[in-house]
Amino acid sequence: MEETILDYDLKEKEEYIINMGPQHPSTHGVLRLELCLQGEKVKYLIPHCGYIHRGIEKMSEKLSYPQLLHLTDRMDYLSAHINNEAVSLCVENAMEVEVSDRVKYIRTIMAELNRVASHQLWWSAFGMDLGALTTFFYGLRDREKVLDIFEETTGSRLIQSYIIPGGLMNDIHPNFQKRVTEFIKYFRKKLPEYDELLTGNVIFRERTKGIGVLSKADAISYGVTGPSGRASGFHCDIRKIEPYSAYKWVNFEEITYTDGDTYHRYLVRMKEMWESLSIIEQLIDNIPEGETMLELKAIKAPKGDYYQRVETARGELGVYIISDGGPQPARIKYRSPNFSNLFVLDMLSRGHKIADLVAISGSLDLIIPDIDR
Amino acid sequence: MYDFTSFVDAISGYLQATFSGFWAGVVSMLLLGMVILMFYAFLGLFLVYAERKICARMQNRIGPNRVGPMGLFQTIADLIKLLLKELIYIRNADSFLFNIAPFIVIVASIMAIGSIPFAKGLQAIDLNIGVLYILAISSMGVIGILIAGWASNSKYSVIGAMRSGAQVISYELSVGLALLCMIVFAGSMQLSEIIVSQEDGWWIFKGHIPALIAFVIYLVAGTAETNRGPFDLVEAESELTAGFHTEYSGIKFAFFFLAEYMNMFIIAAIATTIFLGGWLPFHLYNLEGFNRIMDFVPPIFWFFGKTAFVVYLMMWFKWTFPRLRIDQLLTLEWKYLLPLNLMNLLVIAFLTLMQWHF
Repeated sequence: MEETILDYDLKEKEEYIINMGPQHPSTHGVLRLELCLQGEKVKYLIPHCGYIHRGIEKMSEKLSYPQLLHLTDRMDYLSAHINNEAVSLCVENAMEVEVSDRVKYIRTIMAELNRVASHQLWWSAFGMDLGALTTFFYGLRDREKVLDIFEETTGSRLIQSYIIPGGLMNDIHPNFQKRVTEFIKYFRKKLPEYDELLTGNVIFRERTKGIGVLSKADAISYGVTGPSGRASGFHCDIRKIEPYSAYKWVNFEEITYTDGDTYHRYLVRMKEMWESLSIIEQLIDNIPEGETMLELKAIKAPKGDYYQRVETARGELGVYIISDGGPQPARIKYRSPNFSNLFVLDMLSRGHKIADLVAISGSLDLIIPDIDR
Repeated sequence: MYDFTSFVDAISGYLQATFSGFWAGVVSMLLLGMVILMFYAFLGLFLVYAERKICARMQNRIGPNRVGPMGLFQTIADLIKLLLKELIYIRNADSFLFNIAPFIVIVASIMAIGSIPFAKGLQAIDLNIGVLYILAISSMGVIGILIAGWASNSKYSVIGAMRSGAQVISYELSVGLALLCMIVFAGSMQLSEIIVSQEDGWWIFKGHIPALIAFVIYLVAGTAETNRGPFDLVEAESELTAGFHTEYSGIKFAFFFLAEYMNMFIIAAIATTIFLGGWLPFHLYNLEGFNRIMDFVPPIFWFFGKTAFVVYLMMWFKWTFPRLRIDQLLTLEWKYLLPLNLMNLLVIAFLTLMQWHF
C-alpha cells in the first residue's frame, strides 16, 4: 500500500494503470480501485476509499444515544438491525440493565432475518458479477418477502432503527410469527433452486475454485472476519465466541471451510442461510411474554469506556464508546468488518485476471458505505 | 409445396420488360437492397423484443408491457429514443475509425443475410460457395469491433477489443470445421443444394451421433462468435463496464446492439439451413398422412420456426450461465472443441465413404 497515484514506476512495458470505479458496476458502491494491469493480469491494486465519507462517528458525538442509533443503520445498510443491536447492547452494558427475554428473542430473530436478506442480496449480486444476471432477480424476489416482514413490524424496509437501547421500538406485528414461519417454509424450497442455478454450474465452479485463496494466517492477521474469514478456517463467529441476545439458547453450527478460495466463501454464505433459518425456527414459536421496552429515566452511559461486538452479515462489528457520563458519547468508534475485508483484495487478486478480481471482490461481500463511515 | 420461384421470376420478368437490360439489373438490386434493409430493421426490433420477453420470463419478471399491446412497440419507442440521443465525440479519439466501426459491423451482417435461403426461391443470391461466403462475411464483424475498441481511446474498450479478436478468431475455426463436417455429408457448399440433400431427412437425424456432435459444437462456437453470453467477454458489463462499445452513444450504440442480434439470427439461420433442413418440413418415415399435413405449412414458417428455436436456445444459454473467463474460453476452444471437431470430421468422412448414413 506504499504506492500512490503520483509515483508509479511501471516496471515493464506492457503494464498500464486503469481506474475501476468510483462508478463501476462491480465495485458495489463508490469504491475506486486503481489497478495496475499487465495485459489482463492484475499486478497490484490500490483501493481508494473516502468517496462517500459521511463522518458518522464525528456526528455521533453531538447526538444522544437514541439519536445516533439512526446513523448506524446507514453504515452497513444490509445489516441495519444488527448494527442497531450492537449500539443498543453497548449502551445497555454501560447502563448495566438487562432487557427481557422477549426482547432478546425478537432481536435475534430480526438479526437472523436480516442476515438472510443480506445473504440473498449478496448471492444475487455475486451471480451478476460473474455474468449470470438471472440470479439477481431470483435473489431479489425472495428478499422482498423478508423486507415485507420487516415493513409490517418496523415500518420500514431497509433501515429500520427497530432495536433501540432498552428494548424495541414497539412490539411485533400480530402476523409476524405466522409470516416468518411461512417464509421459512418458502425459502427452504427456494434454496435448492439457488444451488441449481449457480452452485452446480460447471462454469461457476471453474470461475471460483482456487481463485483468490486467503490463508488462515492471513485472515487472522488482516482481521478478515465473517463468512470471508470462516471460509479460511478462522473460527470468528461472535455468536459462538461471545453469545449475546438469544444465541446461547439456540443450537446452530458455525460454518467453516478450509480452502479460503472464492468458492468456499460462497459456500459458507449458502450454508449460513440454512443455519439462520434453523435459528429462527427454534425461536419463532416460543417467544416468551414480557415487556418490550425497559422503563428508563434517561439513557446515559456512566463515565468509562465500553466495547461490544456483534456478528453482522459480513463479520465482526465492534462498537467502542467512551463516555463522560453525559447523554452523548464523548467518543464513539466502530470497528467495521468491511474495512478489514477490503484490504485483502490486493493480496488475493495479484496474478489473477480482471474477471477474477470481480469475482473475488464479489465474494468478499463489501458494503462500501460501511468502509467510509 | 409453396414455391417462391414463380413469384420472384414474375417480378424480374416485369422489370426486364419495363427497363432495358442494364437498368433492370440496377432496379432489381435497389429493390433487393431495400427489402433486405427493411427485413433487417424489422427483425432486429423483433429480436430485441423477443429477448426481453424471454429473459423476463426466465427471471420472474414481466418485461416490456407498456407501449402497445403486450409491449410490442417498446423496441420502436426505444429506437426513437436512441435516435434522439446525443452522439458523443471522444476527445483524442480517432474520429474517422470511431464513426465507421458501427457500419462495418452492420454491413457484415447485412451481407450475410443476402445469401440465406428463407424459402424455396426466396434467396437474394445463391452462391455455389454459399457456406464459405457466409463464414467469410460473418467474421468481418470482428474488424468493426476491433476498430471500435481501438479508436475509442479508452482502456476498457481496448481490453474488450483484444478479447474479441482472440475470441472470434479462435471460435471461427470451430464454426468452420463444424460446417465442414456437414459439407462432407451434403457434398456441396451451395446452400440451396444442401437443403435439397435433406429432403429425405434432416442431417441432424441422418448423420447419427457425429452430426449431433457437430451441431452442439456449432451452437457453442456460434454463440461465442456472436459475443453472446456465456461468452460475452467482449462486453462483460460487470468487468469492462461495456467493453468495446463503452464510449458509444445513441444510434451508434444501437447499431452495435442491432448487429449483435442479427448475428445471432444469422448463426441460427445457418444452423437451420445446414443441420435442420432449412425450409423443409418435418417428415416422418413411412407416415404419408402426417407428412402431407406437414407439407401444408408454408416453408417460410418452417424456416423461421426452426430459426426461432435455435435463437431461443442461444437466449437460454445467456440467461442461465455465468460468464467464462478469457483463458477458460480459449482453453475450451483449443483444447476441447477443436480436437473433438477434427476427430468428428474424420469419423464423418469415414461414414460418408462407407455410405453408412441414411
